[in-house]
Amino acid sequence: MGLETSDDAAVYRITEEIAMIQTVDFFTPVVDDPYTFGQIAAANSLSDVYAMGGEPKIALNIAAFPNCLDVEILGEILRGGAEKVKEAGAVLVGGHTIQDNEPKYGLCVSGFVHPEKVWKNYGCRPGDVLILTKPIGSGVVNTAVKAQMASEEAANDAIRVMASLNKYAKEVFERYEISACTDVTGFGLLGHCAEMASASDVTLELYPEQIPLIKEAKSYASMGLVPAGAYRNREHTEAMVDAGTTEEALLDLMYDPQTSGGLLASVPPQDADAIVVELRARDPETEVSVIGTVKARSEKWIRLL
Amino acid sequence: MRFMITVDAMGDACPIPVIKTKKALAELNGSGELEVFVDNEIAVQNVSKMAANAGGDVASEQISEGKYRVAIRLAGDGTAGERDTEEAEEKAEEKQAEKTAGKEKKHTIVVVSSDRMGSGNDELGKVLIKGFIFAVTQLDELPEQMLFYNGGAVLTCEGADTLEDLKNLEAQGVEILTCGTCLDYYGLKEKLQVGSVTNMYAIVEAMNRADKIIRP
Repeated sequence: MGLETSDDAAVYRITEEIAMIQTVDFFTPVVDDPYTFGQIAAANSLSDVYAMGGEPKIALNIAAFPNCLDVEILGEILRGGAEKVKEAGAVLVGGHTIQDNEPKYGLCVSGFVHPEKVWKNYGCRPGDVLILTKPIGSGVVNTAVKAQMASEEAANDAIRVMASLNKYAKEVFERYEISACTDVTGFGLLGHCAEMASASDVTLELYPEQIPLIKEAKSYASMGLVPAGAYRNREHTEAMVDAGTTEEALLDLMYDPQTSGGLLASVPPQDADAIVVELRARDPETEVSVIGTVKARSEKWIRLL
Repeated sequence: MRFMITVDAMGDACPIPVIKTKKALAELNGSGELEVFVDNEIAVQNVSKMAANAGGDVASEQISEGKYRVAIRLAGDGTAGERDTEEAEEKAEEKQAEKTAGKEKKHTIVVVSSDRMGSGNDELGKVLIKGFIFAVTQLDELPEQMLFYNGGAVLTCEGADTLEDLKNLEAQGVEILTCGTCLDYYGLKEKLQVGSVTNMYAIVEAMNRADKIIRP
């Protein structure tokens, strides 16, 4: 039996063939609609299990809710969460709610994986191709929504992206021998790329123009609707990145913290075409794209072309 | 007539300083000056981005601990402040294109899609392709990349009479890339002798970036 931790999930080997993945995540509302918030928070919590190649099996609600609000709102949040758990094929067996001034919701999720098939966020090999399974920009669009400057179209696009499960992407990746995988969340795309690159001792070459973006995210970024988290991510990661001539708004989006972002996988080049075709067929709603390649280590961990 | 508007966004959390600035810019009606006071560096950057995007000249300074002033001047050509975001984006892209064109050398790539050159006699075609690859080694300015796909994939594999020249090119920094799907199809995956494996997305990306594509 071994114990290993990576990111925010723990992996515990039970037998030669079964390891348990345990993770918990919860946050304050990112959208106004309680049912949608429940869906997004649940998709985000379940994602940690998918990012490690696991199958979520059991989920528990973890919630905080103020006394002064209608309890029906809490019911809507939980209903949204339950729906996503069901879609994931896991069972929701209960949970715990405490009283708090600001609503919070998320899940504690247990999943299973074969111990030899746990995906790590390291192991990228030079020549590998990087595939991202969701567009980025949810932090910026959420900021624009807060500022009441977002169009309904952009707001809905962000919701669709945040609420979608990484289940389908995971089911495609597991049919191939992928080198590494992570989910793109709070550190932003470049933060997670930097983590992957340094842990794998390689340099990631990205094509910023090919990274799919949530609708209108770029124009909101150039209007200065950039959340504080993006600046913190930038401060932390900037020294590891050779940004070349990448334009400012795109850089802001690449540092933008993501809520329930997509999977970022490093895959062998000969499988890349087939994987992308399968991902697109499996989930035509979400944009999948090749965003870069893995190179031998050079001066910076990330190079933007 | 010029206006000077002062916006106090001290103590306001993101994105409120941006909202206040946007409103004030609209009040300027295309011409005049605006100063915005904020209490953190992030607000300075976001307000500056918003103002630059609206076509203004922006300068910022720290006045004291926890107090910053962002000064914005709108030129007054009648369009500033109401400028369409798309237009601004286009301009940024143009600028980027200029930068790339001026600074870097030309991207030339060679694309080989068959193990013979031209149509007519196949035997002759094979002699010609060998001659072609050799001729590439003699170019004054070598290509950045050589892409091999479909029938071209055999030229980078065991048994090809082009290997020596291709290895020579690779040694001089030319990236030799062969389509992985093609190697699979011809059962050559284990036989690749020079360069590395690539995929359709990288091939399209390389072609898209190229200033010149040479085909035998």
